[in-house]
Amino acid sequence: MTINTRKRLESDLDELKRMIFLMGRMAGSALENAVTALKDRNIEAARRVLESDDLIDELEEKIDNCCMEFAARYQPLGEDLRAVTSLMHIAVDLERIGDYGGNIAKVAIEIAHREPAKPLVDIPRMVDQVVKMLKTALTALDTRSPELALSVFPMDDRVDDLEKDIARELFEILMENPERIEQSFQLMNVSRTLERAGDHATNVAERVAYMYTGKTTRASLHRRKREE
Amino acid sequence: MDSDKVQIRTLGLDLYYGYAHVLKKIELDIGRRAVTAFIGPSGCGKSSYLRCLNRMNDFIPSARITGRIELEGMDILSAETDVIALRRRVGMVFQRPNPFPMSIYDNVAYGPRLNGIKDKERLDEIVKRSLNAAALWDEVKIKLNQPGTGLSGGQQQRLCIARAIATEPDVLLMDEPTSALDPMATARIEELVRELKEHYTVVIVTHNMQQAARISDMTAFFLLGELIEYDRTARIFTSPSDKRTEDYISGRFG
Repeated sequence: MTINTRKRLESDLDELKRMIFLMGRMAGSALENAVTALKDRNIEAARRVLESDDLIDELEEKIDNCCMEFAARYQPLGEDLRAVTSLMHIAVDLERIGDYGGNIAKVAIEIAHREPAKPLVDIPRMVDQVVKMLKTALTALDTRSPELALSVFPMDDRVDDLEKDIARELFEILMENPERIEQSFQLMNVSRTLERAGDHATNVAERVAYMYTGKTTRASLHRRKREE
Repeated sequence: MDSDKVQIRTLGLDLYYGYAHVLKKIELDIGRRAVTAFIGPSGCGKSSYLRCLNRMNDFIPSARITGRIELEGMDILSAETDVIALRRRVGMVFQRPNPFPMSIYDNVAYGPRLNGIKDKERLDEIVKRSLNAAALWDEVKIKLNQPGTGLSGGQQQRLCIARAIATEPDVLLMDEPTSALDPMATARIEELVRELKEHYTVVIVTHNMQQAARISDMTAFFLLGELIEYDRTARIFTSPSDKRTEDYISGRFG
């Protein structure tokens, strides 16, 4: 490969990463804004989240195409190959996180006119943690730091703990207040959705670590260790 | 590698051309009935090493070799080794197709005749089998008496492969066998290499990394006369362990 081709390859790869960062910011905002809309019972804000989801889907398609073009043009090997396959996977995870933002926004619209099951405290904490994980994983991508990526795994433990706390609390509420069953179930769904978003943020971190080290590190192993 | 799967074992091999230290302490096991690719930038020693495997370096007066290369236990480098017999067992295909200036038939029958086979029927059978194995039979069966040099480049290279396997070698060495061919002819040779490993051990030097990735089972990366990394091909091209391999396969140098 000539020096110029190598330069072009690197600049195309940087451009792909830039699109991933943009998509990551959009997916993170979708989650945050959806939870804020839920908390403030703001139907208008929830609708805006749903609209932004279309943009995220479009961006995913664009990244997918650019990755294929990159593979066809450079026939990458080694780290370049790991990068292009990883970025494709990451785009799928981010798209899913964006979808989850949309799901939460739909719940926000449905229960906006009802009496809240309980004041929302832990769910905003959960979304903060998930967005922090996502940002950390993408910073690791930007700074080429597998160590930083691996630091995301233990962060997911807190998300899992919060989800369990929320489920327990909501269960008690719905036992005592049958009129709040609907809202309680919806909030349980939201917290489960955020727990899954945490898993996808962890996937992103896994991919970043693989991309820069060539070694597969499974967050599930970390989880198993923690359970033992 | 399990020792019963090893066809050629190299131990502490050093090669000098005059004062130039061309290969340094090479240790490498080549697997039987597998395709092994050698990659590395020009001058890294990969072709020189390939040529050690059938003593082609004997033609270079200043060449000096120390160490050991064993073909199924036989010491290739020993002074007692019958070099002609060795080259019968270790055939070679070169960068540019080099058919002899004779008919297609005679090109393939050349080696067997040298080995003393005179029986016409037997030769016919060998020629047909070799051309078949080289995926050329159907294209040339009606013109076996025409000169080999009249074939297209890709066909000529397959003729050379047929010639190399007519003596039933154990090992086929290929030194950039497709670098002078167009993409279609290259694809046919690559397909052929994959078929040949059913019966032969194939060792191929290539500058085309995608080619090595497509056709080989194992890949060895050479740099400045040293064997830097040797591993399963899939591993070398997705996550090599040495930074220099990574830099080479991703086109950062070479």
